[in-house]
Amino acid sequence: MSNGSEGNFVTTDGRNIGGVMMEMKNITLRFGGVVALENISFNILEGEVRAIIGPNGAGKSSMLNVISGFYIPQEGEVIFQGSPRPSLKPFEVAHQGIARTFQNIALFEGMSVLDNVMTGRLTKMKTGIFSQMIWAGKAEREEIENREAVEKIIDFLEIQAIRKTPVSRLPYGLKKRVELARALAAEPNLLLLDEPMAGMNVEEKQDMSRFILDVNSEFGTTIALIEHDMGVVMDLSDRVVVMDYGRKIGDGTPDEVRNNQEVIDAYLGVSHD
Amino acid sequence: MLYREAGDYSTSYPEDSQTFPIKFDRYRYYVILAVAFLVIPFFINDYWANAVLVPFLIYSIAAIGLNILTGYCGQVSLGTGGFMAVGAYACYKLMTSFPEISIMIHILLAGGVTAAVVTLFGLPSLRIKGFYLAVSTLAAQFFLVWMFNKVPWFYNYSMTGMIGSPERTVLGIVVTGPATDAWAKYMICLIFVTLCAVLARNMTRGSVGRKWMAIRDMDIAAEIIGVNPLMAKLSAFAVSGFFIGIAGALFFSVYLGAIEVTEAFGIEKSFLVLFMVIIGGLGSIFGSFAGAAFMVLLPVLLKNLLVGGLDWPTDLAQHLYFIIAGGLIIIFLILEPHGLAQLWRVAKEKLRLWPFPH
Amino acid sequence: MPDQVLFAAEVMLNGLMAGVLYSLVALGFVLIFKASGIFNYAQGVMALFAALTLVGIMDGQVPFSHLINAIFGTNIHHFGWHTPALLAIILTIMVMVLFAWLVQRFIFRHLVNQEPIILFMATIGLAYFLEGVGDLMWGSDIKKLDVGIPKGMNETIESITHGAFGYGFFIDNLDIFATFVAVILVAILVCFSQYTKQGRALRAVADDHQAALSVGISLSYIWILVWSIAGFVALVAGTIWGAKSGVQFSLSLIALKALPVLMLGGFTSIPGAIIGGLIIGVGEKLFEFLVGPWIGGATENWFAYVLALLFLVFRPQGLFGEKIIERV
Repeated sequence: MSNGSEGNFVTTDGRNIGGVMMEMKNITLRFGGVVALENISFNILEGEVRAIIGPNGAGKSSMLNVISGFYIPQEGEVIFQGSPRPSLKPFEVAHQGIARTFQNIALFEGMSVLDNVMTGRLTKMKTGIFSQMIWAGKAEREEIENREAVEKIIDFLEIQAIRKTPVSRLPYGLKKRVELARALAAEPNLLLLDEPMAGMNVEEKQDMSRFILDVNSEFGTTIALIEHDMGVVMDLSDRVVVMDYGRKIGDGTPDEVRNNQEVIDAYLGVSHD
Repeated sequence: MLYREAGDYSTSYPEDSQTFPIKFDRYRYYVILAVAFLVIPFFINDYWANAVLVPFLIYSIAAIGLNILTGYCGQVSLGTGGFMAVGAYACYKLMTSFPEISIMIHILLAGGVTAAVVTLFGLPSLRIKGFYLAVSTLAAQFFLVWMFNKVPWFYNYSMTGMIGSPERTVLGIVVTGPATDAWAKYMICLIFVTLCAVLARNMTRGSVGRKWMAIRDMDIAAEIIGVNPLMAKLSAFAVSGFFIGIAGALFFSVYLGAIEVTEAFGIEKSFLVLFMVIIGGLGSIFGSFAGAAFMVLLPVLLKNLLVGGLDWPTDLAQHLYFIIAGGLIIIFLILEPHGLAQLWRVAKEKLRLWPFPH
Repeated sequence: MPDQVLFAAEVMLNGLMAGVLYSLVALGFVLIFKASGIFNYAQGVMALFAALTLVGIMDGQVPFSHLINAIFGTNIHHFGWHTPALLAIILTIMVMVLFAWLVQRFIFRHLVNQEPIILFMATIGLAYFLEGVGDLMWGSDIKKLDVGIPKGMNETIESITHGAFGYGFFIDNLDIFATFVAVILVAILVCFSQYTKQGRALRAVADDHQAALSVGISLSYIWILVWSIAGFVALVAGTIWGAKSGVQFSLSLIALKALPVLMLGGFTSIPGAIIGGLIIGVGEKLFEFLVGPWIGGATENWFAYVLALLFLVFRPQGLFGEKIIERV
């Protein structure tokens, strides 16, 4: 295997990569007769940016859905922060500190940007329904504390101006950014991004890449992302998993993956050397 | 120039998240409260209380309840009539079993009982969605009404099968029974409306409300950001049931005094309250009031105008009422799904900019 | 055979007959739902409206006569002629087609791409509207509808069962007639949707609106067609029901009977509507017969709903509905 797959080193740009945060062991996922994921194993290290790439239908999104608890694999084990994870409901996964964005934006269209980002804090807000009814006191204090945290994220992603705008009125690129804000508001340990740059123009992609790198370096958030744009993936990520037809065909640093013959054949096509 | 927000800044988060962030709105709200509590009780007469104000206040509570379930949490219910019946019968049983306890407590407890029953009927909502759920709430509607009709324990084995509210007092003032003054009926309903509106507003502006709205807008995404869908839905059912139960209890004990369940809480009630919510505005507390006012006033106006004014037969006025109510529902759904509340908001936004719209 | 079993068998048979009528109404729902995704709560009121119109035309009533009398102080009610049943039925079908066009033109054209639940609520509004219009047009008094459907006990069945079991079954001729009509109607609908050009287009629309549009099918034409067919089904159901127990407001409540049928059978399945209707017809009659006396009777009001609800909790897509797969 490639260097550093056991973790605990410092990258060339000075970020600390810790031990193994999440390990997927021999995951197999089937829908009826269709095998979506076949015996897939890889790990995600604390603090790294991990990319999952592959052609359409390779099973990338299914993999992400397994991590976020939306699909339960028939075989295999997910080990999160050292202990095997039982099959959890998606909302329980969220409470473990895993947040995600979606390929087709999944914002709450009937709410404002601020409310959408505030929903990201729901895992942190503990006051019961009776305190909420009274409002004054506990519920209000909690609301203010979380509002402050959310305002920081809003500043960070530069969406102050659209705070009170209903999400349904925003253009596509901004919606993607709001969705990232909502995921970040949860202060996740592990952030899953499902094609964060799909359908964006070059400038929007640059902005988004900058935000992803900033999130990783400033908050130390571990990121696992799916992306189609090869250039972006190679620039952003520390390590890459390559999938094809539900199998893993490559795993390693961007350079290693680029030179892996099987990956070239299956995904990148004929080499341009 | 009448309506301004310039110079009206929020300098802290509590100020920003209050109910009426604009000063003008805040003052108007205080004026309305003052008029409702301090002026109307001295001028109210039996006609206004029974035909307009008391039903308006009671339906407002029911509409707030349904709005929480349908407008905020996105679960359409057609069982409101049956749920109001639960409140009414719970109140009746409590009033007759524990006459020494205050009616105010009985009404609140009736809300609690209804919350429990509604939560029970909300259980399938985890598996059934959309109009499948809407139709399944009809099961509650029909079953509950049948039960109150057929099980004599609920109506204390009375010969007629009807329930009548005995005379009860609050602070020495008669609030139920035939001897109640118009202003007393009005005041007790007003107190409960104010209470319910404040509670509902508080819940919908905080994390509970956001959970509901997240479920409404996209339940899968809500689950993945950490909302437990069962708890969120059931809490909406429970809170909604609490309000609807209070409305049912008031409807029986204070407003009508004696009821027969199929007549008072049939499926038409379910639709009536649903119409209030749609016309007033889904997902708006203010809209619940607007919708209730509209649906209470419409038949009164039609009756006064057509029967009183033009001397038409009553059944014609009734038919026209159906046509207008149904037509309005369609028009609102097409043009303004957020109802009167949204029209009001748009009007305010225009006013803010007036007279310089650009 | 013991009496109890015989009674139960008779109850079951009558339940089957009632179930056929439920299926008939449910069929109207399924048609519209399949083609347009609209869950048409107004189907029951459409049946009432169709029956009212049929009676009105047959009796030569002046439409809106009450309104006209109230406004102009006149006293007109009838044209003074009677229309033959067949002509009246054709005229009523034309009215229902006009209704379909109006509904499409003024309501659902403006609600394209709305959420199903909004469409559902719109049809509740439509139900109220149509009920008001029906009453305003033809008056709200109970009317007799007689288009020559046989009524009364079927004596052949009575004498055969009497000979066989020593107990004559009471089966109404009207119910037998209704069963035949329902079978024929379903056969026609199936042939229509399988073998005609419009039927194919209809199935295409049901499958995928966008794709249907892209091969040149006019959605608005298909929807008017579907609402017309639903109107026709409503007319059949309304006529049979009206002949059975008079044309009056309660006729519209058969829609409420059809809803649990749909939940049981699945909203998209014609066989589901039929089998669901039969299960509920038999189930509620048997339940009332066996359990009803112990708990106060009149269980028909809710039994179908509770049965459907319990069933749905375990199989949310109904008996024959397509399985719902959720995607992220």
